[in-house]
Amino acid sequence: MLDMARAGRSVLLIAPTGAGKTLSGFLPSLIDLATSNHPRTVTRGRRVVRRGIHTLYISPLKALAVDVARNVERPIADMGLSVRIETRTGDTPQHKRQRQKIDPPDILMTTPEQLELLIASREADELFGDLSTIVFDELHALVTSKRGDLLALGLARLRKLAPDLRAVGLSATVSNPQELRAWLVPQGPDPDGVIADPAELVMVSGGAAPDITILKSDDRIPWAGHSARYAFPDLYQALKRAKLTLIFVNTRSQAEVVFQELWSLNEDHLKIALHHGSLDVGQRRKVEAAMAAGGLDAVVATSTLDLGIDWGDVDLVVHVGAPKGASRLAQRIGRANHRMDEPSRALLVPANRFEVLECQAALDANYIGDQDTPPIRPGALDVLAQHVLGCAVAAPFRADDLFLEVTSTYPYRNLDRATFDQVLAFVATGGYALKTYERYARIRLTKDGTWRVSNPQIAQIWRLNVGTIVEMPMMKVRLVSSLKRLSAFGGRVLGEMEEYFFETMLQGDTFLFGGEVLRFEAIHENSAIVTRTLDKNPRIPSYMGGKFPLSTFLAEKVRSILSDPSQWSRLPAQVSDWLEIQAQVSELPGRDNLLVETFPRGDRFYMVVYPFEGRLAHQTLGMLLTRRLERMKAKPMGFVASDYALGIWSVEDMGSMARSGRLRLDDLFDEDMLGDDLDAWMADSYLLKRTFRNCAVIAGLIEQRHPGQEKSGRQVTVSSDLIYDVLRSHEPDHILLKATWADASAGLLDIGRLGVMLARIRGRITHRDLEQISPLAVPVMLDIGKESVPGEADESLLASAADDLIAEAMRSHSAPPQ
Amino acid sequence: MTARLVRVCKPDLDPLTGAIECAVSGETLTLLADGALWWASERTLVVSDLHLEKGSRMAMRGQFVPPYDTELTLSRVERLVSALSPLRVISLGDAFDDVGGAERLDVSVLERLKAMQSGLDWIWIAGNHDPHIKADIGGIQTDEIALGSLVFRHEPTRGEAIGEIAGHLHPAARVFLGPKSVRRRCFAGDDNRLILPAMGAYTNGLSVTSDAFSGLFQHATMTVGLLGEGRVYAFPRRMLFV
Repeated sequence: MLDMARAGRSVLLIAPTGAGKTLSGFLPSLIDLATSNHPRTVTRGRRVVRRGIHTLYISPLKALAVDVARNVERPIADMGLSVRIETRTGDTPQHKRQRQKIDPPDILMTTPEQLELLIASREADELFGDLSTIVFDELHALVTSKRGDLLALGLARLRKLAPDLRAVGLSATVSNPQELRAWLVPQGPDPDGVIADPAELVMVSGGAAPDITILKSDDRIPWAGHSARYAFPDLYQALKRAKLTLIFVNTRSQAEVVFQELWSLNEDHLKIALHHGSLDVGQRRKVEAAMAAGGLDAVVATSTLDLGIDWGDVDLVVHVGAPKGASRLAQRIGRANHRMDEPSRALLVPANRFEVLECQAALDANYIGDQDTPPIRPGALDVLAQHVLGCAVAAPFRADDLFLEVTSTYPYRNLDRATFDQVLAFVATGGYALKTYERYARIRLTKDGTWRVSNPQIAQIWRLNVGTIVEMPMMKVRLVSSLKRLSAFGGRVLGEMEEYFFETMLQGDTFLFGGEVLRFEAIHENSAIVTRTLDKNPRIPSYMGGKFPLSTFLAEKVRSILSDPSQWSRLPAQVSDWLEIQAQVSELPGRDNLLVETFPRGDRFYMVVYPFEGRLAHQTLGMLLTRRLERMKAKPMGFVASDYALGIWSVEDMGSMARSGRLRLDDLFDEDMLGDDLDAWMADSYLLKRTFRNCAVIAGLIEQRHPGQEKSGRQVTVSSDLIYDVLRSHEPDHILLKATWADASAGLLDIGRLGVMLARIRGRITHRDLEQISPLAVPVMLDIGKESVPGEADESLLASAADDLIAEAMRSHSAPPQ
Repeated sequence: MTARLVRVCKPDLDPLTGAIECAVSGETLTLLADGALWWASERTLVVSDLHLEKGSRMAMRGQFVPPYDTELTLSRVERLVSALSPLRVISLGDAFDDVGGAERLDVSVLERLKAMQSGLDWIWIAGNHDPHIKADIGGIQTDEIALGSLVFRHEPTRGEAIGEIAGHLHPAARVFLGPKSVRRRCFAGDDNRLILPAMGAYTNGLSVTSDAFSGLFQHATMTVGLLGEGRVYAFPRRMLFV
């Protein structure tokens, strides 16, 4: 590391958690600051000013920035160096931020959003003119999101201000370090994607191999579901043996269930706490403090506790539910014992039989060192729009210069000029064909050929809205003692939850929140009013779908276990029996084919397919297949998607239709479904509208916050759904629709993955027309009725409800039958 | 308010398709799927809260929402006027999103607006967003107007008001339909009073269960007419989301 620093080389350091990665990132800077002669002031032109920042440290979490600052201050004090380290986050008081601009520290620890604000400030030249090094912590976690795009643009800007800037990336093990190495250095105009001179790579191999086991239980492993209730008695025993256990789950509602169940078993009065993003901040801080002080025995947590913060003495990491992506698993296991020489202990608790397979696959992957992270996607256009306005806020710019700067970043290296100009037009006046907004332009091309911000308020609004994290409309959860007191308005705020969670709830529905069962009473203003209930079993299915779909990499591993009976002996007997019966009555999905099963059940006919491409891609496939089956006259009635399979049911016998040739499976699964069918469905898709809202907020079409009225979420002035409808009908090629489409394809609709799957299985569809449900189909069939896809078929539901009322009214008015 | 479906099997262009009829203060009124009100016996068309030029008003503060809202909203009104041939059109207030809105109208749009007014009485009722319209947009401007047993004004009055037809609140309602709920703009009324939905392309809705609506309707007879695609769906208060 030191050699490369001396040579001025950018470098990617890959090391397992606990290897002292963060400190090694800083060491060259500390040595430089300590050894060379660094005057406190420098001369710029005719002025003498304070020396700028020497090293910037960027972390994805503000808590991590604060924590790392503390950890680096210790060696500095020990060595007696006079190096000033400070943090700057959203929580830093205004007076300190002001002072930091005039009198910058040697090392500044901050977040991507704060960096974007700083480079747009008037003092940017002074602050960053002397910058020697920028360190990105947890780079692998930063670069795959829109925050990574914003950060890449920020890095390009810093290089402008400090041409000799050296970038250092710190990362956990990743499958493709080439991308990260390229991300750190400027890109040439090279559309082929060959990186001429990437950052140097330093790899520190792992210490002791982690000791990972899958929880063995004599209880029956369920077919479906996500609660893992069967395993809790065994899990509880494991907690008792460990000193401090971290129990990770995939969703908040799962956290609630696990927490509640463990407490019901807690005869030994273990101190078990709950930590997830919906809980009140004060509550979360209390848990974190208790953990650091060693006052807890176990913490049930979601990803809010995910990234490398070193708290307390965790000696066991438990993962309940499928780990979804193997690299997430590695990250989480890294939490146990932050020391290189001792193996981390981890316990996997699959919640159902498919998850047993997934855990086994993840376990294999971890041992052989395979890691998967999603590839870095082309930079998002909404983020670019935000940055372009930021650049104008910073100083007047020439479009040609900015284009070169933007395309020097890894995510935007292939951006074409026409699209860039479209983004520029969007920032200026909305970029519409109808040019009525010219007089209100936010930025204007002036006579000297530069673009400038029209007025100071534009800059103010931009500053308030910087960032790529869009808040979902949230509702406060308010507890009242009885509904009679509702009008008095009040009650204790327990936390916040996404508005959409309550949209499908009826008064009297019960759900888990903050470790207790609550009864939903009403929506009042911006709050969901709840009361306590004695009901032990919440009625609302607590599983709202995992946040992370099964990764491509893990899916392939699961398929390979399924298709190779020699591997089944490693699985619990219940699971291998299940697979063997499947092999007898039907067959198992292969590595490359697509298994389609059809069978009757009750008065319906079912089709179950097993693509293993994750819930999002399956949902999209379900939407498209039902449209096609409708046209093919199979009268489909609904579908259900899991991470592994997709089940469709219909009035007509799809099995016999396929046998008689009236339904050709090759046609049904033809890739052309991604054309017109997709387009038609998208027009009114709820998922797409949600994606559009995110893009519109990030791009600055809709403000989250306006000066003087710091609003968030629902108070957006024009509903994004209305804007979306107008845009689709009037300007289907608008830049924001492009951004939405790119997002949705990779995100909520996962079209990219669906496309790859359809191409892979072409000509390789295996159809099994069965007399009854197969063992492998049971899990997805059990999900029917538990998960619904919102936003579709509203009109027909409305019509039938209204018609029912009419029919009811007619009956009560007509004479009783004789 | 008791509602009756008018007819469902008419060609798409007929604005009466999917409309429902109801009685307010003894007058028979037709609630159109476009969100406007048709008083057939008086040949009077009532539209509310058009909020024209909301897009340009947003643009003035740096939010460039698509500049097509005025055109879209006006086209809806045009379609109703040409299909129903009313003798009178009442705009129930907030026709413009702000006082300066009328002056920002595109010349061609202004011409269309005036052309629509030929051969009929056009009444602009003042709203809180557009208390006075300075630009020449034709028609008569007034605070309220009484016709037969009905009175038309922008803001509904607190307490009892028999025969009041108002706008201002942008009513919307959420109805439960088995596993899910659907939220739409709606008419809200009982036997005495009717509040029209906002027709503007960029107008948001306010839930009829929110405080702003309390005391306006008789709980037992209150009905909402939810706007669907080419049809109004009537639901009683009890089916709405609290």
